[in-house]
Amino acid sequence: MKKIIANKEIDVNEEGYLTDFNQWDREVGECIAGDCDIKLTDRHWEVIDYLHDRHHKDEPLSIRGIKKSGVIDVKEFYNLFPGGPLKKATLIAGIPKPKSCI
Amino acid sequence: MKNILILGAGTSGTMMANHLVKELDKNDWSITVVDQYQTHYYQPGFLFLPFDIYTTKQVKKKGKKFIPKGVNYIQEKIELILPKENKVKLASGTEINYDILIVATGTKTAPDEIEGMNGSGWYKNIFDFYTYEGAKALRNKLREWEGGKLVVHITEMPIKCPVAPLEFAFLADSYFKHKGMRDKVEITYVTPLDGAFTKPKATEALHYLLEKKNIKEVTNFNIERVDPENNKIIDYADVEVEYDLLVTVPTNMGDALIERSGLGDDLNYIPTHKATLQSKEHENIFAIGDATNLPASKAGSVAHFEAEILTDNILRYIKGEPLKEEFDGHSNCFIETGDGKALLIDFNYTHEPVEGSFPLPGIGPLKLLKENRINHMGKMAFRWVYWNMLLKGRQIPFVSATMSEKGKHYEEVK
Ligand SMILES: Cc1cc2nc3c(=O)[nH]c(=O)nc-3n(C[C@H](O)[C@H](O)[C@H](O)COP(=O)(O)OP(=O)(O)OC[C@H]3O[C@@H](n4cnc5c(N)ncnc54)[C@H](O)[C@@H]3O)c2cc1C
Repeated sequence: MKKIIANKEIDVNEEGYLTDFNQWDREVGECIAGDCDIKLTDRHWEVIDYLHDRHHKDEPLSIRGIKKSGVIDVKEFYNLFPGGPLKKATLIAGIPKPKSCI
Repeated sequence: MKNILILGAGTSGTMMANHLVKELDKNDWSITVVDQYQTHYYQPGFLFLPFDIYTTKQVKKKGKKFIPKGVNYIQEKIELILPKENKVKLASGTEINYDILIVATGTKTAPDEIEGMNGSGWYKNIFDFYTYEGAKALRNKLREWEGGKLVVHITEMPIKCPVAPLEFAFLADSYFKHKGMRDKVEITYVTPLDGAFTKPKATEALHYLLEKKNIKEVTNFNIERVDPENNKIIDYADVEVEYDLLVTVPTNMGDALIERSGLGDDLNYIPTHKATLQSKEHENIFAIGDATNLPASKAGSVAHFEAEILTDNILRYIKGEPLKEEFDGHSNCFIETGDGKALLIDFNYTHEPVEGSFPLPGIGPLKLLKENRINHMGKMAFRWVYWNMLLKGRQIPFVSATMSEKGKHYEEVK
């Protein structure tokens, strides 16, 4: 599926997650965040950098991982990305929605 | 003489001992199994124990009975794995050298991970049913409980047998109906997932059943703490759920041995090659069953499929041949839905469970994702199959280690 985000044509799945990370940039992230009513601050970007880092190392993302990350505690994570923080943060970061483990 | 050492004599370790003793030449190889407990528990029975469907006797036997002749059995706690020295240290200080190590130490509950869970309410109005002790204590509680808010809760994923909590909720519905007190019990199912199961197709079918049985669902609930004074669980988004009786599945973690030995991930699971079952770090260490970090269900049936493939791969490893990349994550499980019915699902790393039949393509008799009595009989027969066939490493009729796509209607998982 294609969607126009930040004036660019971007490939996304049915839930809006990017299917090609190469199409992501900060502007795209900001635009998706805007759709979720989130204004990205430096703190948000720190978290997004952490998520990218984990993702590129092929390490699965989980709330437990956040707890141990040393970057942010879970409470603040919920405050930055209200609702489903992992789902929203990965959507904005342009990486796949974490698979709930089997 | 060379040594194969198996750590853990649960479902996986016992199966491996039975497979390997048949395949290896006694003159060249000695096989040793170590486990800390005398008793082998039939863990799937812990689901039925609280409802007085199984007795305590039906879910435990002496573990040694299932270890074949020709295999050394040591009952002792394992202290440390020293991969660089190819050695394992037991609690008494005894050291065992190995040429090949198979880690089958499983996973267990860790209620300490959540503040307040293991506190003043533990085994009073907060129970688990993933341990023998928990299931038995809960049985005694249910026998006298007069009703109120029953909350069935999953702390975090992954857990072994991920459908067991849902089955618990279904069985509770039918248990209270039979006791003539369903109207006095409000059942709520609380999960960190966004639905009833980890796979969307099965979630739809299961959601329907929850509604039908008048069981409420609270999803996306990531627990922060239990408040045992005020009887509520609280999540990171400050959502609160009140309970009179909390039946929780605590965090599941691999044994602390794995952490002590520096071999595990965040949850003490061993990073394992998902198609060959070789550990990622050490070529002479293999892992099987719940102890691995494979993205497959942690279940006895899965361990059964893994055991066949791992046996092949160990023989190949011994001969210096390349390992077979065969394990596809094949899982199947009966889901007990209460009132004497069950459904059956079958899936792997890449395919979602959808309607179809199993194990005879096109004929059945066990229907996938359809609730019926035959599946319930299948679930009940599993106990016999477990003690008499599965542990002994016998082939279960018609069931193969990799998944058959015949007779099933699949959707590829993207
Ligand atoms: C409530 C419930 C319902 C279930 N229902 C089903 C079902 O319907 N179908 C299904 O297929 N599966 C089901 N399962 C899952 C199934 O029981 C497990 O997946 C299976 O037993 C895993 O086998 P394993 O050998 O990997 O681990 P286990 O059988 O748990 O064995 C691990 C062994 O290692 C030993 N060990 C660990 N650490 C040490 C140490 N440091 N020193 C010495 N010994 C140690 C332990 O004592 C234990 O005996 C269920 C589980 C539960 C809890």
